[in-house]
Amino acid sequence: MRLGNFSKVVAVAATVIWATGCSTTSTTSDSSDAMDQTAQDTQDSASSMGAGSDSSMSGGDMAGQSQGMSEADVAQLSTVFYFDFDKAVIQSSDLDDLNAHAKYLSENGMARVVLEGHADERGTREYNMALGERRAKAVARYLGVQGVAAGQIETVSYGEERPAMVGHDESSWSKNRRVELRYER
Amino acid sequence: MIYRVVVALLVMFLASATARAELTIEITQGVDQPVPLAVVPFGWSGTSALPENVSEVVAADLYRSGLFALMSRQNMLSFPTSAQQVYFRDWRLSGMEYLLVGKVLPQPGGNYRVEYELFDVINEQRLLGAHINGSGAQLRRMAHRIADAVYEKLTGIPGAFDTQIVYVTAQRFSADDYKYQLQLSDADGARPRVILESREPILSPTWSQDGKRLAYVSFESRRPAIYIQDVSTGKRERMASFRGLNGAPAFSPDGRKLALTLSKDGNPEIYVMDIATKALTRVTKHYGIDTEPNWTADGRSIIFTSNRGGMPQIYSVELENGWVERLTFEGDYNARGRLTQDGRHLVLVHRNNGVFHIAVQDLKTGRFDILTETYLDESPSIAPNGSMVIYATQEGTREVLAAVSIDGRVKFKLPARSGNVREPAWSPYLQ
Repeated sequence: MRLGNFSKVVAVAATVIWATGCSTTSTTSDSSDAMDQTAQDTQDSASSMGAGSDSSMSGGDMAGQSQGMSEADVAQLSTVFYFDFDKAVIQSSDLDDLNAHAKYLSENGMARVVLEGHADERGTREYNMALGERRAKAVARYLGVQGVAAGQIETVSYGEERPAMVGHDESSWSKNRRVELRYER
Repeated sequence: MIYRVVVALLVMFLASATARAELTIEITQGVDQPVPLAVVPFGWSGTSALPENVSEVVAADLYRSGLFALMSRQNMLSFPTSAQQVYFRDWRLSGMEYLLVGKVLPQPGGNYRVEYELFDVINEQRLLGAHINGSGAQLRRMAHRIADAVYEKLTGIPGAFDTQIVYVTAQRFSADDYKYQLQLSDADGARPRVILESREPILSPTWSQDGKRLAYVSFESRRPAIYIQDVSTGKRERMASFRGLNGAPAFSPDGRKLALTLSKDGNPEIYVMDIATKALTRVTKHYGIDTEPNWTADGRSIIFTSNRGGMPQIYSVELENGWVERLTFEGDYNARGRLTQDGRHLVLVHRNNGVFHIAVQDLKTGRFDILTETYLDESPSIAPNGSMVIYATQEGTREVLAAVSIDGRVKFKLPARSGNVREPAWSPYLQ
């Protein structure tokens, strides 16, 4: 359990560092922003995992330990993960669900997922295509670090072409900056 | 990866002859003192109705330039069709500076001959006198050519009315039920026809310099792939479908190469593909996002968008030695640059106070001007004569096309009947 937690922290830190590293810049102010972001995210992740350990008698953990995850368990998990504007950093609140997906995928070597990266409508279409890919790859990288084989994960970016919400304000945009995880049947 | 056949995909060449213009033109801003010009309805000596009203098309083109104030037909005292019938005094008293008259003559085999003359009213001088022949189906193009000739005579800049645009229309029926169409129309929005239809996204259409081929990105295989399509035959070829991104195609000026964005090696990078052999040369190498390549007119450099400095800015790279130079410094978001043919102006998408506009940077003086006041502006494309920029914007909840002159003085919109219209690409001069 302690080892498990440690590897989680390393994985989160690695992912966050990788993701922010991509947007790290040569200018001083931007670099320090990126570092603040890293520190904050790592701390958030650690605290949310601490909370998970405290409630160690929860049903989810027990099921996970004893008999692995069923398809029914997977169906309960969140499959859409949201991002900040122009960022490809996974939010700490999504880590529990991503960990559970990772567990299912590593226990079921034949299972395959497609990670669809999306952006909101602001900015140019091809740049947003790249941003969507960056988000999908951040999630793929995280799942990979959790032990999911590369061959089980496929990423595709739709950029701003397939919004979840069609409005033109932050309430829609925040729902459109996302990665959708879909199991291939 | 297996490419699934998407049944819904259709390639069509021509809508029915009765298809009407989907886009109309609405001038929102012209120059302060437009030049008074009268385009007299052209004479027609035939017995049956003409398929097109030639002088109306000419007048609409010149009006759309924003540089001319067109005299209304109701105010005209006479309808001369040739020099002998022109009484300059009448036109001078009506405040006109220039006068265009003409007539359409039936020719054997259902063809037409259009004769036209342009006059300087004040100096009572004939500036142009010419004729143009063609079939009924070519009447609109003949009219655009007349407008081009008049425009060039009066402004010194070649006209770009006899050109075309391609654009993407998107209709959303439900969360996963879409219809995307790649459409081709005359530059005035007339004669639209669907040249590709798909349930999956289509984006980034672009022309080859000879106006004969288009390249675009289509998700019809459920992944992005780059295609080249012959405009007249509709025949097409898939050029790139690598793992990851396949985006932002741009033909080299000589038409032999395609610049594109691929992420097959991990990151979005710019590559150049030899169209005949499909051999790839990698141009950029950076962990940031590099995308939206566009060639300089001499074909020796490529400009592109990169966030290597933290936020997206426009850079240029010399192909021979890989030398990279940053071009934009104004603000924290400049993307999708397009150069005028003379290489003097860089048109781009610029974020100002959180709002996206089209802006132009004079590469010689460094002067930077925001051209538009509309909302969520993107995808600028420059007319071949460098006079106007067509772009996509938002009006209410709909995506529409709009255009602005490169000096910001003239603006017009091209509202569509329905659906979202986006990703315009202005053709080069057509043969």
